[in-house]
Amino acid sequence: MIDRILNSRLAPLLVLAFLVAVIPLVAPSNFYLRVAALVWVFSIAAFGLTILMGYAGQVSLGHAGFLGIGAYSVALGPEYLGLDPLVSLCLGVFVSAAIAWVVGRPILKLRGYYLAIATLGFGMIVSLVLNGESAITGGPDGMQVPRATLFGLKLSGSATWYWVTAGVMLVGAALALNIGNSPTGRALRALHDSEVAAAGTGIDVAARKLNAFVLAAIYAAVAGGLLALMNGLITPDAAGFMNSIELVAMVIIGGLGSVVGAVVGAAFLVVLPQALTSLHDYEQAVLGLLIMVFMIFLPAGIVPTLRRKMTERAA
Amino acid sequence: MSEFLQLLLSGLTVGAVYALVALGFTLIYNASDVINFAQGDFVMIGGMATVFLMAAGLPLPLAALLAVLAAVVVGLLLHRLAIEPARGASPVTLIMITIGASIFIRGVAQIVFDKQFHTLPAFSGSDPINIGGAAILPQSLWVLAGAFLLFAGLYFFLSRTLTGKALVATAANRLAARLVGINVTVMLAMAFGLSAAMGALAGILVAPITLTRYDIGTLFALKGFAAAMVGGMGSPQGALVGGLLIGILESFGAGYISSAYKDAVAFLAILLVLFVMPRGLFGSRSVERV
Amino acid sequence: MSRTATRRRVLHAAALAALSLTVFSPAIAADPIKIGSVVSATGSTAFLGDPEAKTLKLMADQINAKGGVLGRPIELILYDDSGDANKARTFATRLVEDDEVVAVVGGTSTGATMAMIPVFEDAEIPFVSLAGAIEIVDPVRPYVFKTPHTDKTACQKIFEDMKGRGIAKIGMISGTDGFGKSMRKQCLGVVGDYGIEVIADESYGPTDADMTPQLNKIKNTDGIQAVINPGFGQGPAIVTRNYAQLGMTTPLYQSHGVASKSFVELAGPAAEGVRLPAPALLIADKLSDDDRQKAVVTEYKKAYEAATGEPVSTFGGYAYDGLGLLVAAIEKAGSDDSSDIRDALEGTKAHVGVTGIYTMSEEDHLGLGTESFRLLRIEKGDWVADGAD
Repeated sequence: MIDRILNSRLAPLLVLAFLVAVIPLVAPSNFYLRVAALVWVFSIAAFGLTILMGYAGQVSLGHAGFLGIGAYSVALGPEYLGLDPLVSLCLGVFVSAAIAWVVGRPILKLRGYYLAIATLGFGMIVSLVLNGESAITGGPDGMQVPRATLFGLKLSGSATWYWVTAGVMLVGAALALNIGNSPTGRALRALHDSEVAAAGTGIDVAARKLNAFVLAAIYAAVAGGLLALMNGLITPDAAGFMNSIELVAMVIIGGLGSVVGAVVGAAFLVVLPQALTSLHDYEQAVLGLLIMVFMIFLPAGIVPTLRRKMTERAA
Repeated sequence: MSEFLQLLLSGLTVGAVYALVALGFTLIYNASDVINFAQGDFVMIGGMATVFLMAAGLPLPLAALLAVLAAVVVGLLLHRLAIEPARGASPVTLIMITIGASIFIRGVAQIVFDKQFHTLPAFSGSDPINIGGAAILPQSLWVLAGAFLLFAGLYFFLSRTLTGKALVATAANRLAARLVGINVTVMLAMAFGLSAAMGALAGILVAPITLTRYDIGTLFALKGFAAAMVGGMGSPQGALVGGLLIGILESFGAGYISSAYKDAVAFLAILLVLFVMPRGLFGSRSVERV
Repeated sequence: MSRTATRRRVLHAAALAALSLTVFSPAIAADPIKIGSVVSATGSTAFLGDPEAKTLKLMADQINAKGGVLGRPIELILYDDSGDANKARTFATRLVEDDEVVAVVGGTSTGATMAMIPVFEDAEIPFVSLAGAIEIVDPVRPYVFKTPHTDKTACQKIFEDMKGRGIAKIGMISGTDGFGKSMRKQCLGVVGDYGIEVIADESYGPTDADMTPQLNKIKNTDGIQAVINPGFGQGPAIVTRNYAQLGMTTPLYQSHGVASKSFVELAGPAAEGVRLPAPALLIADKLSDDDRQKAVVTEYKKAYEAATGEPVSTFGGYAYDGLGLLVAAIEKAGSDDSSDIRDALEGTKAHVGVTGIYTMSEEDHLGLGTESFRLLRIEKGDWVADGAD
């Protein structure tokens, strides 16, 4: 029975929907909803990396750059173009996708270390621009973001944002799962295993990789836009190197290629600083140690390892 | 003219440090195919440990020696505890391990040391020397001379000593090296130790000029990495030239254009090199290392 | 109590236990007054947040040792945002929703402060910020106060001094960090009022290790009579060294952003003769006995240096004044009700702090003027009062 549910295609989505429904019932205060909403937001960004890294096997160490583009678009759009924040979000997602499309072409020709470094360089440049153009972006102090309204309803408060982010997260998860099970997903996995073999079976490797990269940029921009709208303020560290590393760590700790894993990884990294408050001096050391330990001893990540354990037991 | 010279000299000084970091990258990369993002943290350990040992009353040379030893121990531990157990992992996994190590070292450093900036006394006074209208600090000469000596020493070691040749052989073909009786694990550990020592020395040389803090490693790692990339991954000459080049470009960029994007120079250089000539200036090896 | 309420409470306790391993300061019997704080004790602005965190802990212990406030102990709930505005906001929510604090002191950087303001404004909890920018209290928000001098006041103090010395043409070199950028803007805004003209305007990045290229440009600009360097962190120390390296002899003015002993150490002999505006705290031992701040300043300096073994800095002083203002307001209000504390804070009159003497009003939630700055000069590695007045 458990086996059947676990193996069903809908299983991950059901698990996530269950979590979304249950958390508000057990959350003692709005603070927990705020933390959960942050988990959903970072999950969305992590879904993009799940597609890019988990399915297609391409790494990005500069993904927070796209998150930053999405986040700053909801601040810049209303300020300079007089656009509605939500319209700006759509515009930001479009801009992010366009940049990914342009940058992705040359970058994705590279492999392994070289790809990692090129994406890292891209992320750093985005963050330097956001820091440097202070006349436009407010520099290191960041920018205020106006409150968004949806159907005349003002989006504010932890509870409202919990539901907004949870909704977007579920849609994002459904899409990511769908892509995973589609011919595109199978093609991406094929080129993950061997690009040469994939090309041999008639897969347009370059185009598929670019698709995955653009999709990942879209996910990141959506997450960034939501983060900025929820906080009402955005600072350049959202696009910074550490944030890029944390995004990759989420995907890897949760489980490369697993949608539920991305959520688990996001939850892990969002809750960690909240759990370590009394040990805040050690937080950085703990984070570094965890990344190392997971990489060395549990390279498959939490969710795939657990799933394997469970099916082994069931068998 | 004096402005040009001033910019050139200050670019060379910073560039020499980048070159040493790049050299450390190269050494480890050649021996083990690992890009070590904790390389910059060796620079930090060198500077910070010397500062704190001096504060404890040790004279500079002894403090510097102990600081280098400390960095070597960290380098060896990094290899033994983090790289060795993950042998055969993908490049991304290895990168994440060294990034994790870098975050960990920084996290420990802010507890062991502190979170403030520190400086070391200049080795031979701080009265600037006038060269053709440009003012250069005596410490800059120390940095340049130190970088040159380390480079020459490494070159001699790799090409003239048996151990050095064994290291080069390990880098060229691990299996063949093992067949001719070279202890590959020892060679890899040595690469990490040497690379840590070089980083630490760079950190000590430059601390009197640039100041040091527990988190300066990241920037040195990224710049040093850019230098290694521009020069061509795996080439010691490339590391030297790449480092000096990035230092000079940054200095001229800040002086003649705008200092706002000085840090962008290194990253633009990485992207440009990757797109235009992925092997870098001196690279010979194939780019595709799958 | 209804069953659901009980269950919620149990869940609350369980969730708290699961989520937070926090060991708060040992619980004292009488119902404590909860004061929250979020500072950047780690991260890139740790050199500011670290002394702030240490000061707050030290003060809370001192106050409790003396019997607390209104006969109740204070419970300081301190979080570290590691310099990340997003985390600061999450911790702000935690203080309001979960810890149910009555007032907050914190916000090391302007970014973190601005991220937290909406949370405290919505919850109507008084918030004393420790960050510099003038936007925090201009326009005035009902529940937001701050203790550090604004960069504008610092600019005015410096220009006053320059004017007194007959300086009319200056060069400026500023950091591109938040502090440097904000102060540059404020300085350019008021410089005209003093008949001074900025004829060279350079900048450097927060991690730059060599500013000779920029200083060289200033040096080669004709007619420069003095140079001002808005910035904090290691930048100003390197600027000061490079200034000496290039043999520049025109007066160099630093900002209150470097008013700590560590600046003098980092800049070394090059710091000799550098002028800067700073609070009385730095010259505690040199204040005349009839100085109103003497007692407070000396006491804080002694306590902090004894407890931490580090020299005091103005940043720790901001935290000292922030918590001091809150405690005074709670005492004056005679209650721990957030809106009473707010009213009492706004009514602060002549509160003697280590940064200055605060007098707040409905229009002024900072309450410090240029007179709270002393213009200091560095001489033989120590601060001495200077000033053209």
